[in-house]
Amino acid sequence: MTRRAAFTLLLAWLVLYPILIVVAEAARGDAITTFVSRPGEWGALWASVWISLASVVLAAALGIPLAFLFEWVEFPGRRQLGALVALPVVLPPFVGVIAFLFLYGESGFVARAVQGALGLARPPWRLQGAGAILLVHAYSMYVYFYVLTRAGLAQLDASLLEAAQALGAGRAATLRRITLPLLRPSLAGATLLVFLTALGSFSAPYVFGGGFRVMTTQIVATKLNGELPLAMVETVALALVALAGLAVLRRSEGDDVLTALGKGTAPRRRPIRRPGVRALATMAGWLFTLLLLLPHLTLVLVSLVPYGTWTTEALPPVLSVVNYARLFSEPARLEPLGNSLWMAAVSTLGAMLLALAAASLVGRRTPGRWRGPIESLVALPWALPGTVFAVALATTFSVHQPWALRFVLVGTVALLPLAYLARSLPITGRAILAGYRQLDPALGEAAASLGARPWSTFRRVTLPLLRPALAAGGSLAFVAALGDFVTSIVLYTYDNRPISIEIMSSLRVSELGIAAAFGVILMLVSAVVLGVGARR
Amino acid sequence: MNGFVTLDAVRKDWSPTVRVGPLALAIPRGEILALLGPSGSGKTTVLRLLAGFESPDAGRIELDGADVTAVPPADRRCGMVFQHYALFPHLDVGENIAFGLSRSARDARDRRVAAALELVDLTGFERRKVQELSGGQQQRVALARALAPEPRVLLLDEPLSNLDPTLRERTRRELRALIKRVGITTVFVTHEQEEAFDLGDRVAVLERGRLEQVGAAEELYERPASLFVAGFVGRANVVRGATARALGARDGQVLVVRPEWLRFADAGLPGTVRERRYSGATALYQVETEHGDRLEVLARPDATKVGERAYLTALRTLPFADPGR
Repeated sequence: MTRRAAFTLLLAWLVLYPILIVVAEAARGDAITTFVSRPGEWGALWASVWISLASVVLAAALGIPLAFLFEWVEFPGRRQLGALVALPVVLPPFVGVIAFLFLYGESGFVARAVQGALGLARPPWRLQGAGAILLVHAYSMYVYFYVLTRAGLAQLDASLLEAAQALGAGRAATLRRITLPLLRPSLAGATLLVFLTALGSFSAPYVFGGGFRVMTTQIVATKLNGELPLAMVETVALALVALAGLAVLRRSEGDDVLTALGKGTAPRRRPIRRPGVRALATMAGWLFTLLLLLPHLTLVLVSLVPYGTWTTEALPPVLSVVNYARLFSEPARLEPLGNSLWMAAVSTLGAMLLALAAASLVGRRTPGRWRGPIESLVALPWALPGTVFAVALATTFSVHQPWALRFVLVGTVALLPLAYLARSLPITGRAILAGYRQLDPALGEAAASLGARPWSTFRRVTLPLLRPALAAGGSLAFVAALGDFVTSIVLYTYDNRPISIEIMSSLRVSELGIAAAFGVILMLVSAVVLGVGARR
Repeated sequence: MNGFVTLDAVRKDWSPTVRVGPLALAIPRGEILALLGPSGSGKTTVLRLLAGFESPDAGRIELDGADVTAVPPADRRCGMVFQHYALFPHLDVGENIAFGLSRSARDARDRRVAAALELVDLTGFERRKVQELSGGQQQRVALARALAPEPRVLLLDEPLSNLDPTLRERTRRELRALIKRVGITTVFVTHEQEEAFDLGDRVAVLERGRLEQVGAAEELYERPASLFVAGFVGRANVVRGATARALGARDGQVLVVRPEWLRFADAGLPGTVRERRYSGATALYQVETEHGDRLEVLARPDATKVGERAYLTALRTLPFADPGR
């Protein structure tokens, strides 16, 4: 009992205490009055909300039909394309954004091609404002709808659909009255995920926003202006929107009726019979995949352009690996990669250990007094935008008050990995708790009856059986920390500047090739780590 | 009490209304004891108390003369075979069996694994994956794993319930022969009477957390200690009221009459034959008495026909006080 209480306190100190400090600081002074009286603040808050809602609509419009196509229809290349369609996940947010910049920005490939083809004097468009942000969001977030809808469809029992048809429902009525209601938990889950991700999105508004401000960019700008109290009020406002969204969407999620009904066989995929239509579907599939892969390819291409060799041509005239050579020959240049790797590794390890502790304390199927508090604390950072967390940690750990468990960590290399750890906790926690609950309790008892003590049982039975869950949670957390931009920009110091910050600096001095090369490295490491994590 | 395994006034309270015990039970060295009862009767709780997975709220558990009530499972040296076997899926057969032998030297361990596998007739199975085994093989690996560390007591939780019915009867005999060869004191849980009779030296009947009777199979069948045991063990007609009185019961008594204790005769309790279930050497008849009771009668297949009038006499009856009164 006391071990559980102590662990709950440790978690609360890590993820809840900083938030409470920000709330307390925001309530002090007259920053609230300033916030309320400035129309720009309300504008940014409203922009955050409608951008998030519009992102949900766009991501759903892309992801749901794709999921139906790949789950219900058989066409040549379906299997390979189905895996490729999830590829945007290997692009960390900030890297995805600069890839879009290189591709669709005013001096990107597409704009140059159109300009050249039409003989225009100026670029045909500027990639800026709400439209640009939504484009990036739709591209990177439809994956949530795609993956979750496909998983829901795969669980669907074909006999339910046949039963509806036998009762006289047509295809449209079956879809409306059976399929969609049964998919509701999947769709609600994806909606929640996209809403919260879009609300916390920083990279796209930061690069493409221009004069268009959302709350995340507003907070960072205010903080850079030195108006700290106001930044805290903004942080609290954003956190409240996130929690309100969570509360509303959670309620509509409902019970998971699919699992309640048990598992049946999913409907068989319907092949397209007419050869013309089949060729068309296949072509559309490949074309769409190419479109999805363009940002990745762009990044690779730009990383091969030496500094100053590409000016007005539609395609870069010189390609070489000189950028990579420079990266790996100048130790100072490579430092951010090392920083990102060690910080991601340390924070992931910490988050995995905390998740394991949570699982061994409250992972048993029987509910206990501490289960609710511990699970909520583990999940909390997931609901809060990264900016909120970064500001909260920067505030909490900027004073030396050991009696209040506050220490000066701002300006040290420890704060950023701590932030990564807190943000990784929901990812590792979800995977490891779920994995732990699937273990047969009889296995532990079998080990005990064979003479194994608790620690030995944990090492010889529990840990090896949790390996898939540990790998899955750990790899996701590692990739998230490795590509993080939103907390890094608030908390980095020169000594631990991560890759994303280095990419930003390279862009500032127009070293596009170096920035892209870093992006490619990040993308490759992410892909490898995710691949390893997904292996059974 | 003096047994190799002794339960003394052991009680486990699950909730104010659900309680197992207080139980007193003494199991001599080398005996195979069956814990028999319907689901929810507390038989698995008794097994888990013996293994140390549950701790009693009152009472003492003794093993080989020593009080083990507070000894954790890892130190009790009770080998346990779980209902779904609980074989470690990340270890192969040999590693599973060696799990409880970690304190012995490598080559000694290999020898003991081989010996345990030979015991269950799975010689050479060391490097097989447990998922590749059939249900019967998995059950034998679980048994070998439990026996390898040479435990003092063997505990089996529904050992045969996961096997298909055709395999069960053969496995039952093999299991009994094996346990007797090893000579280990064994307690197993089952809800099937036939299994309890076949496998156990003695049977302990549990009902709603209470021990109703402990004894050999014949004793339970011929001389049940309670109405519950009489009805739960074997086929029985439980008759009350006028029909009971016609068969010799006094007021306030219930009679238990086994189907083979009833005979068709020229005079006696009158009734009509309603049903006949033929099973080769015998047939089971249902006779409806004039008071509307239905009695099962075991007799020769040609004794009577459906629709015929019949008179019944009882060779033997077991009177019990009527709990409904």
